[in-house]
Amino acid sequence: MGRERPIRVLIAKPGLDGHDVGAKVIVQKLRDRGMEVIYTGLRQTPGQIVSAALQEDVDVLGLSILSGSHVELTREVMAQLKAQGITDLLVLVGGIIPKEDIPLLQAEGVDGVFPVHSTLEEIERFIQEGVPRKRKESHGGKPEG
Amino acid sequence: MSAADPAGGKKMAGEEKDSAKAVREVYTSFGKPVKVFYSPKDLEDFDYQRDLGDPGSFPFTRGIYPTMYRSQLWTMRPYAGMATAEETNRRFQFLLKSGQTGLSVAFDLPTQLGLDSDDPLGQYDVGKLGVAVDTVEDMERIFEGIPLDQISTSFTINSTAAIVLAMYVLVGRKQGVSPEKLRGTVQNDILKEYVARGTWIFPPKPSMRLIADTIEYTVKHMPRFNPISVSATHLCEYGATAEQSVSLPFLNALAYIDEVLKRGLEIDQVAPLIVFHMAVGGRRFHLFEDVAKLRAGRRLWAKILKERYGAKNLESLRLKFSTGALGGGMTAAEPLNNIARGALFGLAAVLAGTRSLNMACFDEAYAIPTDLAIRTALRVQQILAYESGVTDTVDPLAGSYYIEWLTNQMEAQMIETMKRWEKSGGIVKAIEEGSLQRELARQSYEYQQKISKGEKVLVGVNRFTSEEEEKPIEVYRPNPKVREIQTERIRAVKARRDPRKTEEALAQVRRFAQGTENLLPAIFEAVEARATIGEIVATLKEVFGEYREPQTV
Repeated sequence: MGRERPIRVLIAKPGLDGHDVGAKVIVQKLRDRGMEVIYTGLRQTPGQIVSAALQEDVDVLGLSILSGSHVELTREVMAQLKAQGITDLLVLVGGIIPKEDIPLLQAEGVDGVFPVHSTLEEIERFIQEGVPRKRKESHGGKPEG
Repeated sequence: MSAADPAGGKKMAGEEKDSAKAVREVYTSFGKPVKVFYSPKDLEDFDYQRDLGDPGSFPFTRGIYPTMYRSQLWTMRPYAGMATAEETNRRFQFLLKSGQTGLSVAFDLPTQLGLDSDDPLGQYDVGKLGVAVDTVEDMERIFEGIPLDQISTSFTINSTAAIVLAMYVLVGRKQGVSPEKLRGTVQNDILKEYVARGTWIFPPKPSMRLIADTIEYTVKHMPRFNPISVSATHLCEYGATAEQSVSLPFLNALAYIDEVLKRGLEIDQVAPLIVFHMAVGGRRFHLFEDVAKLRAGRRLWAKILKERYGAKNLESLRLKFSTGALGGGMTAAEPLNNIARGALFGLAAVLAGTRSLNMACFDEAYAIPTDLAIRTALRVQQILAYESGVTDTVDPLAGSYYIEWLTNQMEAQMIETMKRWEKSGGIVKAIEEGSLQRELARQSYEYQQKISKGEKVLVGVNRFTSEEEEKPIEVYRPNPKVREIQTERIRAVKARRDPRKTEEALAQVRRFAQGTENLLPAIFEAVEARATIGEIVATLKEVFGEYREPQTV
């Protein structure tokens, strides 16, 4: 994978939840920081999200869920990623996420969880540090759970 | 611009020293410099009768009725969603027993999007955020034992509002209550759904037709029912500024009005039924701007309806609004600070003369409000109403140099914004193309950056912070039982109904949709023939197609 290319990000809204102001703010922030960011728009099925991630050859997948269905929807997305053999993607989940659900999401293979009051800077930093690590891992070692 | 007009009079010893200090620069939300103080010079052209008038008289700047809170306080309306029809019914019975006659129904997302509870697309959302309704029988369960002629019901529903309205009318009919006796409101404000909140189904044009159909129907058959509540709150949470939070809903409302007038109705038949849900508070809260924008809004609306539409009935000129104190302004950090924020948001709404107020709770950033948080939000309203003295006289801020200047400025900004969108082809086109969505997305990003940089102070968040253990967040947990129950009910209804009747009724919906006739009668028949919401919406989709979001970021 080309090391020099800008980080490519897919921000996705799975499920029926229509609250995407946060997703849109993050898209703009990451673009301002030089990343190439695609936003799926509302009501995407896990299947649509995974094929968009493949097609767009992204490094990062960010799921935004504020309707309380984050565990089920994330589980489906992660299962489909696995089925496609995609393991080098940095996966983030943001939205209304209770603390006790964070380990559940991590157990599904999510790299970072960002509840609603997280700052844009935290999210950006996590991506800037996470992508090179993922790229390295996908060459050699196994990604951490 | 100089910071202040030099005030006349003799200078005292301390003053010079004071004026040597740096004066902080302040700007309005629309970028105008704010003076250190205001004086008669800022209102040279002021004319009481023309600009304000007494409360209850044109142009209604001071209030739409003469005595306002001296006769009747605002309605303190709590809002809560229950998962099943039975739970909702029990809650309503309880509220009625405690003397409340204004009920409010929140629906789950599948109901709002026209998906039946057994549809896999909505499998994780059934019974969350509100009640699941698939057929008229669910609506019957919600209102069982509740006489519809004695209550008023507010439905937070947009894309499927026509179907919900039909169900409500049929429940009434079953109780022997005729449509003209029904009181209530359907939100039915689809334009803002394309911009914020996102519960659209069809493209804008057929959606506008459906809304016009419901307005036309209520005008003719349900004179006590508000067919639409044009909302500012969601636009605000999506980045609208103070003046946009009034001018954009106005543009939406006028688009609906124009659509209905095309059908030959008179403005004085339509305008009195249009109500608004305005916004105060939120991330962009400014006490005086929030008051000024709503005062300016009342004046501007009255003028537009009178001058542009030739409305003659005073009821058409009165801007009737409830107010939402926005939860977006409530912070996750140090949540008790939000009680103070709520009090200030509420103060703004009351100083602006709201008729009804629902207030975000202090735990808004964490959960469905707890009983304590709901009670506290209610107490804040009661303190405003009974302790603070703000209800003693109507429009107490009137005549303040600053407030009147700000009100004038707000009105001018609103007129400019409305002209700009009207010139570029109208608000419906702007929404279809996504230009309005892009503008608001950019604004919310810019504002978020101001918060990040500390230019916009949020106490406890980016200024005066404390190390505090993170509070656990509580969310709506999916209740798999609700989906099971609803799926079984759909199966039972489908087994019981006369399939030929249902098919014919759906075929009629299709025919009406292809033509130009009012769709409501066809929807009534389909609902009566026990067609599900999902079946009716799927039939309409065949004709109307589905909305495709434009690129907005």
